[in-house]
Amino acid sequence: MKVLSFYSTTVGKKLVMAITGLILAVFVLGHMAGNLQIYQGPEKLNHYAELLRVSMPLLWTVRIVLLLSVLLHIVAAVQVTLQNWRSRPKKYAVSAYQEADIASRTMIWGGLVVAAFVVYHLLHLTLGTAHGSFKPGDVYHNVVAGFQVPLVSLFYIVANVLLALHLYHGMWSWFQTLGFSHPKYNRARRVFATVYAVVIAVGNISIPVSVLAGWVK
Amino acid sequence: MKLTLHIWRQKGPQEPGRFVKYELDKVNEHMSFLEMLDVLNQELIARGEEPVAFDHDCREGICGACSMVINGIAHGPQRATTTCQLHMRHFKDGDVIYIEPWRAKAFPIVKDLIVDRSAFDRIIAAGGFISVRTGSAPEANSIPVPKDVAELAMDAAECIGCGACVAACPNGAAMLFVAAKVSHLNLLPQGQPERFIRVKAMVEAMEREQFGSCSNHRECEAACPKGISVSFIARMNRDYRKALWKTVEHQGGKAEGISQFRG
Ligand code: HEM
Ligand code: SF4
Ligand code: FES
Repeated sequence: MKVLSFYSTTVGKKLVMAITGLILAVFVLGHMAGNLQIYQGPEKLNHYAELLRVSMPLLWTVRIVLLLSVLLHIVAAVQVTLQNWRSRPKKYAVSAYQEADIASRTMIWGGLVVAAFVVYHLLHLTLGTAHGSFKPGDVYHNVVAGFQVPLVSLFYIVANVLLALHLYHGMWSWFQTLGFSHPKYNRARRVFATVYAVVIAVGNISIPVSVLAGWVK
Repeated sequence: MKLTLHIWRQKGPQEPGRFVKYELDKVNEHMSFLEMLDVLNQELIARGEEPVAFDHDCREGICGACSMVINGIAHGPQRATTTCQLHMRHFKDGDVIYIEPWRAKAFPIVKDLIVDRSAFDRIIAAGGFISVRTGSAPEANSIPVPKDVAELAMDAAECIGCGACVAACPNGAAMLFVAAKVSHLNLLPQGQPERFIRVKAMVEAMEREQFGSCSNHRECEAACPKGISVSFIARMNRDYRKALWKTVEHQGGKAEGISQFRG
């Protein structure tokens, strides 16, 4: 009951968003790092993919944690955003933002595109139902053949740019939401978030770009 | 100097409002923004028109009454300055100025530029009491307070309850105000006994008033005439989080009494 009354306020909802956002962000970093093994050739990448499936209980634990995180994050995001719109029903005639940036103001839109992308991504490279020549187990082939379709690559690139924007604000913002703020490290928070966002975007986007450029085939 | 003003005119809470254009000559750069509006109002009265209603009281930057959004910025373009302390030298001849009331669901418009900020009073009331002995003043040094803690508490206590933070926030959130009010008590030894009940009660009261949530845009800090830092919001988030396990729910008699004060 206490937890419910806690979640009833936006402060509680934002706390849930910060924790689930962090879990997702850590996953995204690990996922990106793992994918970079594509540059070490088919054996290495396919072996890594097999490794992930060695322990089914572990795989499913991770999947369930991620699924719960995504759901909680999205539900809270929608609730909080709707409340924000209700709380400010009328815009000013002149809008003059002083600190809010494009990243902080587009969290819901970037987030929703990323959500749609994640669904597509699972159908494309995990289940293969949205893939023209899916071979179960041959991750390397699936990735390369998938990205040779320019429109598919474009969607991956756009989604990752939006994800980077989301992380640029989010990885700075969660400190504040969880109550971590100190003059000693507040400046470093901005650097941390920027580096985090750029590393993930560059790492992920390099793959479709390399495939399209013919460097990886 | 000569100015073109577009001022939000609204007869009452339920009436539709609109911008009305006024041309004003002979604005002196030494006037405050409110004095400029006084001059306009004198002209309107002389013409037999209804003067522009706006809130003001101290006119020295300490009461927080003078709420208006000037060209999209709460209290106008000068940082850490209330409207009454804003001088016309920050504008130039020929400027076009839009003047609007605070816009937030929780601050309904009363008339023209005046909004009802009693939501803030209800949040303060929900904060309840602090347990101090009343009667004869205690010995000044009986409760030691470290110097930097006292300074930080004073920084938070500078909040004048003007509502510029709410007006500036794209979400109409009151986090900066509530954080300042929570923090100045929660930092001090005298505020400790009710620390976690207070933060919970005030955040819940804020919720009831339909303020928005904090996206960490930091527009509030930029608009605050007292330069209250968003680090107080982090502090409030922390105390609210800790309140989850630091508050105990009593059963029976006395607990009823406490929950009354929780608002
Ligand atoms: C890989 C996926 C995602 C990651 C890594 C991620 C990460 C984060 C992080 C770290 C935050 C900061 C939380 C805070 O301010 O304390 C955040 C905020 C936010 N996220 Fe996500 N997120 C993801 C997906 C999504 C999705 C699918 C949505 C769609 C609804 C979404 C909507 C939002 C919104 C609206 C906020 C800002 C809330 C606010 O400050 O008002 N996110 N995200
Ligand atoms: S925090 Fe600043 S802007 Fe908000 S009410 Fe207090 S003084 Fe005004
Ligand atoms: S009139 Fe008192 S602060 Fe401006």
